[in-house]
Amino acid sequence: MATYLDFEQKIKQIQEDIITAEVRHDSAAAEILKKELDKEVSKTYKNLSAYQQLQLARHQDRPYALDYINLLLEDKYEIHGDRHFRDDEAIVCYMGYIAGERVMVIGEQKGRGTKNKLKRNFGMPNPEGYRKALRAAKLAEKFNLPLLMLIDTPGAYPGLGAEERNQSEAIARNLLELSQLNTQSVSVVIGEGGSGGALAIGVADKLVMMRYSVFSVISPEGCSAILWNDPTKVESATNALKITSQDLIKLDLIDDIIDEPLIGAHRDKEGAAKAIGDYFLSAIRELRELSDEERLEKRYKRLTGVGAYAE
Amino acid sequence: MNLLDLFTGRSEAKKQPTKSEAPSHWIKCPSCQALMYYKEVENQNYVCPKCSHHLRIKVDQRISMLCDDNTFVEMDATLKPVDPLKFVDKKSYVKRVEENVKKTSRTSSVVSGECEINSIATQLVVFDFAFMGGSLGSVEGEKIVRAVERAIEKKQGLVILSASGGARMQESTYALLQMSKTSAALAKLAKHKLPYISVLTDPTMGGVSASFATLGDIIIAEPGALIGFAGQRVIKQTIGSDLPDGFQRAEFLLEKGSIDMVVNRNDLKKTLSDLLKMMLGK
Repeated sequence: MATYLDFEQKIKQIQEDIITAEVRHDSAAAEILKKELDKEVSKTYKNLSAYQQLQLARHQDRPYALDYINLLLEDKYEIHGDRHFRDDEAIVCYMGYIAGERVMVIGEQKGRGTKNKLKRNFGMPNPEGYRKALRAAKLAEKFNLPLLMLIDTPGAYPGLGAEERNQSEAIARNLLELSQLNTQSVSVVIGEGGSGGALAIGVADKLVMMRYSVFSVISPEGCSAILWNDPTKVESATNALKITSQDLIKLDLIDDIIDEPLIGAHRDKEGAAKAIGDYFLSAIRELRELSDEERLEKRYKRLTGVGAYAE
Repeated sequence: MNLLDLFTGRSEAKKQPTKSEAPSHWIKCPSCQALMYYKEVENQNYVCPKCSHHLRIKVDQRISMLCDDNTFVEMDATLKPVDPLKFVDKKSYVKRVEENVKKTSRTSSVVSGECEINSIATQLVVFDFAFMGGSLGSVEGEKIVRAVERAIEKKQGLVILSASGGARMQESTYALLQMSKTSAALAKLAKHKLPYISVLTDPTMGGVSASFATLGDIIIAEPGALIGFAGQRVIKQTIGSDLPDGFQRAEFLLEKGSIDMVVNRNDLKKTLSDLLKMMLGK
């Protein structure tokens, strides 16, 4: 069963009417309704508030990393474990082919349904997850595979074991190592880009966002509780934090927005996967025109050039 | 003392500044509750003479405690925060910065510069927790990167003393990306085989802990310092139970293998210069 948010109710109605018309073989009516749907989609989705976009970014029907991996990768093999502690299923790593191109894909994975949510720890990696990701990234470097990282997490897991096994170090190490990893790399925020836990697989030649994804230093809920001292100010915090892809491209903090279908990845998984695949392949082609030194220097300048200050 | 003295004394007492304004000459150790004269504590660099508890110390004193006399030269002091997001919560970011500048006479939570530590020329970065909780924003990130670049240019070691609640929420994604910014710079420092010593003081949390603070060749913590990624309240909420004693304290991290040593503040200068000397081969 698809889930519809408040502001999608009208779209839901029209989609149902189209199905009814098609069942009745009333193609004239279906045509008219489809045009109406396009109009409604464009009206609704072109004027989304930041808070509505946050809801879309967390939508339970939105494709997760594995959905994209299954849609994009051929002849794939999963890479498991950090070789030290255990396999963290909140992060998945796959080697395979996208349109004949060898690739390594690392993704933060949320689950659907209680059982899967628990298995994936709600998409909140432990240190061993980030260490597995780094191992996969190093494999990519060693065998010259371009690297695609799919970001989708509320944040790194805040737990006893995570702290004991040094969550801070796992994240920091990835930031340092990925900043100089010698292969073409692209990080895509596909849903929720939650703070350091997202950034730990967000250091790449290109950091880009799907149209309806969000990326922020703290969850709007956390920000509302701390800065407003009031857990109900989530919408204000969402606006203040400037977390949408449109905000962040304007601030020049991300490199591109991936042209996710206007109706949203949650209503058109294939379209969204194709958009990611196409973007990744063209980014890789572009990055291959640079020498290793040029590419790494460009990445370094991009990473160290971020900041807003006066002097 | 006659009766009149008593009365004038009383009226004088009324004129005394209120408790919050008055410089307190007595400091109570939050650990052993001992009451100590402030000079005595200051002379010990705010280490309790009774129980060795490490109290928070002002940045100026920290710098003079670590650097050889008159060798510290502050750099990049003119860097100032701007408000790229026009951030307003209960107060505006601009207003918060103003208040903190007034309170600390600084424009950022980082003081950086060059100094000599027992005659070893070193790039030094010190966090001031009094400025917006030592939070990491664009200015702080830029100062760290410039310190790294100076270290590379002059072939010197780098020492960062952290005291921070994490990334500065009012700078949102700008603040978050200071984590990768500083880490990338440290990768470059490492390529030049120059030493970086990270000193974790109370508290070192969140985005600071999860970036440059944890990337030291050697990581030193002050006794009892709270160090971790997630805040204790958040962890408690997540796991739904109390935290074990000493959780996320310096000694806990040492036991877990997350840091190299816990060093008393009064031994820090010698420890730093000894280590720098060895790593630089001087």
